[in-house]
Amino acid sequence: MKLKVIAAAVLALVTAGANAQNINGAGATFPYPIYSKWFSEYSALHPEVKINYQSIGSGGGIRQVSEGTVDFGASDSPMTNDQLSAAKVKVMHIPTVLGAVVPVYNIPGINKDLNFSGDVIADIYLGKITKWNDSRIAKDNPGANLPDKAILPVYRSDGSGTTFIFTDYLSKVSSGWNSGPGKGASIKWPTGIGQKGNEGVAGMVRQSPFSFGYVELIYAETNKMSFGAVRNASGKFLKASTGGVTAAAAGAAKTMPADYRVSITNAPGADAYPISSFTWLLIPTHSTDANKAKALADFLGWMLDHGEGEAAALTYAPLPKQVQDMVRKSIANVK
Amino acid sequence: MSSTRMTPERESSSPLPVPSPLPQPPVASAADATPASVGAALSPIRDFLSKRGSGSFADNSFAAVMLLCACSIFAIVLFIFVILVVHSRLSLIQFGWKFFTRQAWDPVSGDFGALPFIYGTLATSLLALCMAVPLALGVAIFLTELCPRVLRAPISFLTELLAAIPSVVYGLWAVFVLVPLMRDLIGPFLYKILGWTGFFEGTNFGVGLLTASMILAIMILPIISSLTRDIMNAVPNSQREAVLALGATRWEMIRIGVLRNSRIGIVGAIMLGLGRALGETMAVTMVIGNHPDISKSLFAPGYTLASVIANEFSEATGDLYLSALIEIGLALFLVTIVVNAIARLMVWAVTRNAPARVN
Repeated sequence: MKLKVIAAAVLALVTAGANAQNINGAGATFPYPIYSKWFSEYSALHPEVKINYQSIGSGGGIRQVSEGTVDFGASDSPMTNDQLSAAKVKVMHIPTVLGAVVPVYNIPGINKDLNFSGDVIADIYLGKITKWNDSRIAKDNPGANLPDKAILPVYRSDGSGTTFIFTDYLSKVSSGWNSGPGKGASIKWPTGIGQKGNEGVAGMVRQSPFSFGYVELIYAETNKMSFGAVRNASGKFLKASTGGVTAAAAGAAKTMPADYRVSITNAPGADAYPISSFTWLLIPTHSTDANKAKALADFLGWMLDHGEGEAAALTYAPLPKQVQDMVRKSIANVK
Repeated sequence: MSSTRMTPERESSSPLPVPSPLPQPPVASAADATPASVGAALSPIRDFLSKRGSGSFADNSFAAVMLLCACSIFAIVLFIFVILVVHSRLSLIQFGWKFFTRQAWDPVSGDFGALPFIYGTLATSLLALCMAVPLALGVAIFLTELCPRVLRAPISFLTELLAAIPSVVYGLWAVFVLVPLMRDLIGPFLYKILGWTGFFEGTNFGVGLLTASMILAIMILPIISSLTRDIMNAVPNSQREAVLALGATRWEMIRIGVLRNSRIGIVGAIMLGLGRALGETMAVTMVIGNHPDISKSLFAPGYTLASVIANEFSEATGDLYLSALIEIGLALFLVTIVVNAIARLMVWAVTRNAPARVN
């Protein structure tokens, strides 16, 4: 009896596998937890579609979708114009969720959350602010008893979307940063030490007194790390939250370009958290396989209807209403 | 020379598989007995050899197959080299040979050079050797020459266990144990004692070239020591006895009788350790600080060739950037070959025509 059930189950799996539409994607690691949840839920609802996603990094995602070796890619930073024109297929950006980057630090004896202005963060990494009791840090934190100790800046040594968002923000708020290191998934850091991954930076900051670093908001929240507030474009010090990130995206929705390639760091709005960004799926607009394109478009519709509602549970910030409406129209172009 | 002397000793101590016919010399028995009875009395090996006819075809084809195996090594090395060159041609054209002597590494503006990484790789590996070789030799000498029988098995087992630990575990241990130790204890101590040399200057955050070298030293220690132990064990006891019989002390016996006889093997063991140190990625990345700088101070953060590939390859987007990263791989390949060649040359220069002597 039991054997029969197993045999039936195996048969069902085999036949399902034979008929299933396999869609392969690759790219960013940051949205991997929510993507894998979405893909498995969607496959449970639509057994005929199987979406495989490999989190090989944004750079790899862009490369593979440009070469046409995967059915879709994913990236934490939008493709540049050069990359788009060099790609073998025409690629469309579809924003899915939002992420944010928060400053973390370790100063023994200071328990309250510190405030940071963007230009102060830039100058810490530029090596211009070297001590914790620097007057510019003190100005943002009246009453805090800042020590006369050297700051150890910690950065991500591996190429990452987190670094891209962070340096994109620094380029906007500091002219010295914009003309110096610039923005990118890996950059030339003027000073400090590099650690691999969010966990590497967080571990280093946690165990090194007087260090300063930056990690992904989700990483800080799931690990219950305390982090600092950052001054936004309206001059208000704001601690990152999924609400603040969605607010930043809503502020940017009015000026959203049709291809969604937009940076929302330092976005306007009193409640907008300044170091936040979309993460994108990279979808070829003209697929060689019409069935695959149809399945992918159907998935994107499902993502807007049901997927976005699940984002907050995994501490991702969902797309604001306005952007969801825009994306719904764009999906029609996936053929 | 020692091998020819060993041959009779080994034959007398280890009898052939069939013990009974041995007391009489085989040649004599073959002459006395009739051919039919010889087959029954001879060892199975002889039996096989006398029946199998000419072996020249088997010998020749065996030699050819082995030659093919040996050539496959050349083919593999050549293949890797060619692929590395082909895929790094963009950056080879852009920067030429200067790539290996440039200090820049700026993915944003597309300016690349390998020098800080080559420096970091060589500095950490050589420092690690300086720390690991004396320790490994000490362990090996103790195990083969001085160790009480009870301790031998546990110590050997532990050294081999060290070799089996994955490098990411070493890295984690280094981050949580070695880095704080370095920051609070070892670093300040070194600064106090050796600060005047200039090698221990600047702020010590616990991560940097020295910490990376220390974790590398711990990782290559078991390789060098267990190989050296095996090599020293292979030195025939007659060598030791001969030196002792001439009136040497125990240390003199170890130096003249054991170390001198096994020096080439020991150098080989060190080379294997160096190979691992040059290519080690994970553990080093976790504690070296990943900042491409060339600094005299060992407290300063550095970067190695293997680390930068591991860190940046997955997110590298531009063609030139990717090509530069592959050229870093080419640099690592060349560094490994050059370092090995230099070491071989040194061994050759030291050991050629060198007779056994006291010092």
